[in-house]
Amino acid sequence: MSLINYTLSLADSTLLLSQRNSEWCGHGPVLEQDIAITNLSLDLIGQARNFYQYAAMLKNDGSTEDTFAYTRDAREFNNLLLVELPNGDWGATILRQFFFSNYQFLLYTKLQQSNDEQLSAIAAKALKEVAYHLRWSSEWVIRLGDGTAESHRRINEALQELWPYTGEMFIPVSFEKELADLGTVPDPASLKTSWMEKTAEIFTAANLTLPGNVFMHTGGKEGTHSEHIGFILAEMQFLQRAYPGAEW
Amino acid sequence: MLNGNKMSGENNMIYPVDISTQPVWNILSNIMDPEVPVLSILDLGIVRRVTVNDDAVEVVITPTYTGCPAVDMISTSIRMELLAAGYKSIQVLQVLSPAWTTEWMSEHGKKKLREYGIAPPNNVQQVCHHDRFVNDESVQCPHCRSWHTRMVSEFGSTACKSLYQCNDCQEPFDYFKCH
Repeated sequence: MSLINYTLSLADSTLLLSQRNSEWCGHGPVLEQDIAITNLSLDLIGQARNFYQYAAMLKNDGSTEDTFAYTRDAREFNNLLLVELPNGDWGATILRQFFFSNYQFLLYTKLQQSNDEQLSAIAAKALKEVAYHLRWSSEWVIRLGDGTAESHRRINEALQELWPYTGEMFIPVSFEKELADLGTVPDPASLKTSWMEKTAEIFTAANLTLPGNVFMHTGGKEGTHSEHIGFILAEMQFLQRAYPGAEW
Repeated sequence: MLNGNKMSGENNMIYPVDISTQPVWNILSNIMDPEVPVLSILDLGIVRRVTVNDDAVEVVITPTYTGCPAVDMISTSIRMELLAAGYKSIQVLQVLSPAWTTEWMSEHGKKKLREYGIAPPNNVQQVCHHDRFVNDESVQCPHCRSWHTRMVSEFGSTACKSLYQCNDCQEPFDYFKCH
């Protein structure tokens, strides 16, 4: 059961960030970056599909990648709160992507050593793409942070807004603890030091200051969400809710 | 039979061939990638294994990029072509490990890509690295063969490509990005 919840948790975070990033389609600041952010969405939805397919196989009750994505309610989603937040401006979208890619890069690097063959295979496959995302988002954080007064002000505002949602990545919940104790997956807490180092390195280049200790929001990985998730699900699930089982 | 790791992108692809699977490999060599229609799925190096038992066939493929939407279409094409050839029971399985790499693309495939106007992957690719502002690698213009080119965007028209422009002939072109 823990393995199913863990796999769904990874799937949900990648799916929702994919959905959020795809909202930029046709609205990117320039064409190349519009294409970039939607390509990221495509990579993330590919990862989500792999995790959902694996969870469906483990659950073995007729669930499919589609029933997981389209027919579960908010409380059944185990994603990080960070990814369900509205996009905000380009600076906020970029900063969130950097936080998430930095986390994914560390997580997948360790997860490819997992004794669970399928999680290991998905992580190894996705890691190449995540390295690309990390590079792209790092460069953009620097460009905006060390850019104009306006771009600096905006990404700094995004930083104050998003930072309290970064702690959740490293605070293990019950299914993560259980699997980490078995040695199947990395303990999320073990990723924090490297994540902070990378963040500090990019922030120094971007002329941004790491916030001090603040209250960190949690709950997403156990189904307690912000009000924003309902709006995403309403849009993402509309078709299957209105016309159950529709295919084309 | 060679296992998947032994497959080499050098010269012609070395595929495990025996009498029973040869006709299947021949059929697969005519199935094109829907997004880069000059490349067969063998040129791409995504077919990992073929097993044949009378009229039952199992084909194992691996996706190029995680989110590549062409994989489902390729699976369908394989099934259709094999059905048309008279095979009754056809299984097309997808595996993720070991992960596909551009090194598995055949030399023949790279040549066809260049002729099609897409710069093939370099043997050693630098932009895979996660560090910021790593020097862009030299990519040869597929049109005028100049090395005097620059990256326009790390992401391009499909998941497998990034966008470049030639500083000499000024033509924009796609580069099959690192993986």
